[in-house]
Amino acid sequence: MNKANLATAPATPAPIIPNLKRSIADRRALRSTLLSGCCWIVALIASIPLFSVLYMLIVKGGARLSLELFNELPPAGFELGGGFGNAIVGTLVMVGIAALISIPIGILAAVYLAELGPESRLAQWSRFLSKVLTGFPSILAGVFVYATLVLAMGTYSALAGGVALAVLMLPTVILTAEEAMKMVPRKMKDAAMGLGCTRTQMIWKVVLPTGLPGILTGVILGIARVAGESAPLLFTALFSNYWLNGLREPTASLSILIYNFSSMPFENQIELAWTASLVLVIMVLVFNILSRLIGRPRI
Amino acid sequence: MSAHRLASAVATASITQPPSSLDYFVDRGFRSLTVIAAVLIILLVGYILWQIGGQAAPAIAEYHLGFLTSTTWDVQQARFGILPEIWGTLYSSLLALLIGGFFGLGVAIFLTQEFLPAKLAVVFRTIIEMLAAIPSVVFGLWGIFVVIPAIRPIANWLHDVLGWVPFFATSLSGPGLAPATLVLAIMILPTVAAISQDALHLVPFRTKEAAYGMGATRWEAILKVIVPTAAGGIFSAMVLGFGRALGETMALAMLIGNSNQISLSLFSPAQTLASLLASHFPEAGQVEVQALMYAALVLLAITLVVNIAGIGILTVTQRKISGKS
Repeated sequence: MNKANLATAPATPAPIIPNLKRSIADRRALRSTLLSGCCWIVALIASIPLFSVLYMLIVKGGARLSLELFNELPPAGFELGGGFGNAIVGTLVMVGIAALISIPIGILAAVYLAELGPESRLAQWSRFLSKVLTGFPSILAGVFVYATLVLAMGTYSALAGGVALAVLMLPTVILTAEEAMKMVPRKMKDAAMGLGCTRTQMIWKVVLPTGLPGILTGVILGIARVAGESAPLLFTALFSNYWLNGLREPTASLSILIYNFSSMPFENQIELAWTASLVLVIMVLVFNILSRLIGRPRI
Repeated sequence: MSAHRLASAVATASITQPPSSLDYFVDRGFRSLTVIAAVLIILLVGYILWQIGGQAAPAIAEYHLGFLTSTTWDVQQARFGILPEIWGTLYSSLLALLIGGFFGLGVAIFLTQEFLPAKLAVVFRTIIEMLAAIPSVVFGLWGIFVVIPAIRPIANWLHDVLGWVPFFATSLSGPGLAPATLVLAIMILPTVAAISQDALHLVPFRTKEAAYGMGATRWEAILKVIVPTAAGGIFSAMVLGFGRALGETMALAMLIGNSNQISLSLFSPAQTLASLLASHFPEAGQVEVQALMYAALVLLAITLVVNIAGIGILTVTQRKISGKS
C-alpha cells in the first residue's frame, strides 16, 4: 500500500503479524508442558512392572537354572533338589492338543467369515460371538470342560486340559486368520476364479498360501496365550507329581506348578517356582517374537 | 498374433478348463465344512451357557436368590453365599480400572501423539505388548514377592496416619485388596492401551490439523479435541478392560487373601468370584462343588454382560467414525 492509497482508503489499522512463538511462561503453554511431563512420567511408570518382572525372573529364576530341571520330578515338601520335567512335558502336550483342535476348526471358520459369507447373518453372529469368547474368563473354560469332559470321563485328564485350552485358543485363531485372509488382494482371487477355479480351489491355491503368514501369526499368538494359562487346568488336568502316563490321567503343567509352589513355605519350592516362571515366560516370549517375525508384512 | 493362432495356442495348452465333477464335489464338501465350523462357534457359546447353567441348576433350586445376598460359606452346614465375592469382584475390578485405565489411556496418548520418534514408539509399544504376554501366575508370584513387601510400609503408614478413613481402616499383613488391585491394574493396562490406541488412530487427521491450526497448545488439542473424538473407542476400551479384570483368576487367587469379608478398606483381604472358584475347587466335596457351579454361573453372567456391552460399543463407534470420515 502506498501513501496515496492510504490517504483515500478508510483508516485500517496496520496488519498484525501474529507472533507464532509461544513463550514458555504463557499460562497455556506452561500447562501444556507440565502435562507433557506428566505423560512422560506415566509412560515410565507403565514400563516399570515389565522390567521388574523380568529382573526378578532372571535373577531369582536364573539362579536355579540347570539341565537337571528338565529330567527330574517336582520335589515333595521337605526334599531338596528336584525339577519340573514332567510339568514342561505336560504343558507342551496340552498346548499341542489345544492346537490340534483349534487350528483346523479356527481356519475353517475364518475361511467362511472372510471368503464364503462375509456379510451373512451367520457370519455376523459368528464373528460377534468369537469376539465375546476372547474375553471369556479362563476359569470358566475350565468349569465348562469339567462339566462336560471330566464328569463324562470320570477322571481329570490331560485331554480335558487340552480341550479347555482349545476353547480359549479358538477365538484368537479365528479372528486373526480372518483378518489375514481379508488382506489377500481381490485381483488375485478374481484371477483364480477367472481361470475356472471352484471357490474351494481358489481358497486352497490363492487365499490360504497368501494369508499364511498372518494365519501363522494368529496361531502362534494363540499358543502363546494359552501356554501360560493355569485357571482352566485347575479344573481339568489338576496336577501330578509323576511323568505323563497317558492322555486320560491328570498331568503336571508349568503354570499349576508355579501356583502350587508359590504358596508353600519351603525355600526350595519357591526357587523352583521362580525358575519355572522363567522357563514359562521364555517360552511365551519366544512364541510372541516368532509371531511378530512371521507376520511381518512382506509386500 | 492373429486370432487364429491365438485360439489354436489356447486349445492345445488347455490351462483353463471347467471344473470336473470331482472338483464340484470337493467344493461343495469344503464349503459345507466351513459353514459347520462357523456354526460350531455359535453352538459352542450356547453349549457353554447350557452346561454351566445345568451344573448350577441343583444349587439354584437349593439356595435360590439368597445365594447372592448371604455372606456365609459354611461347608459343614451347607450354607453358602457369595455376597462378599460379588463385592470383592466388583470393588477390585473397579479400582483396577481406575488405575489401569488411567495409565493405559496415558500410554495410548503417549504412543499416538508423537511424543516419541517413530522407531522408539515401536519399541515402547512392544514393551507394553510384552506386558500382556506375561502369564497370570507369574504376575501372582511377582506380586507376592515384590509388590506386597514394597507397599507394606506405605500401607501401614497410611493406616497409622489416616486410619479413620474407611479406605485405610485395616493394616496390611500380607495378601489383600491393595496388592491384588495393583497387579490387576498392571494386567489390564495393555488391553486398555491397545484399544485406546486404535481409537486414537481413527481420529481423522483433519480434526487434529484443525485443532492445531486454531492455535491450540498440544494438550489443549489432545484433551479438548482428539480424546473427545475418540471417546467412544476409549470408553469401550475401559469396558473391555473392566471385563478382563472381572474374569482374572490366578493372580488374584494368589494375592487377594481368600477371606470372605466385605470391607471398604484397601488393605483387608478379600475374595472374588474367580478366586473363590480357584481356591475352593481342588478340594471341594460334592455339595460344595454345586455351590461353586452356581458362583461360576453368576460370574459368567456378569462377564458376558460386560463383554457384550464393550464389544457392542466398540462396533458402534467404529462404524460411526468410519462412516463420518
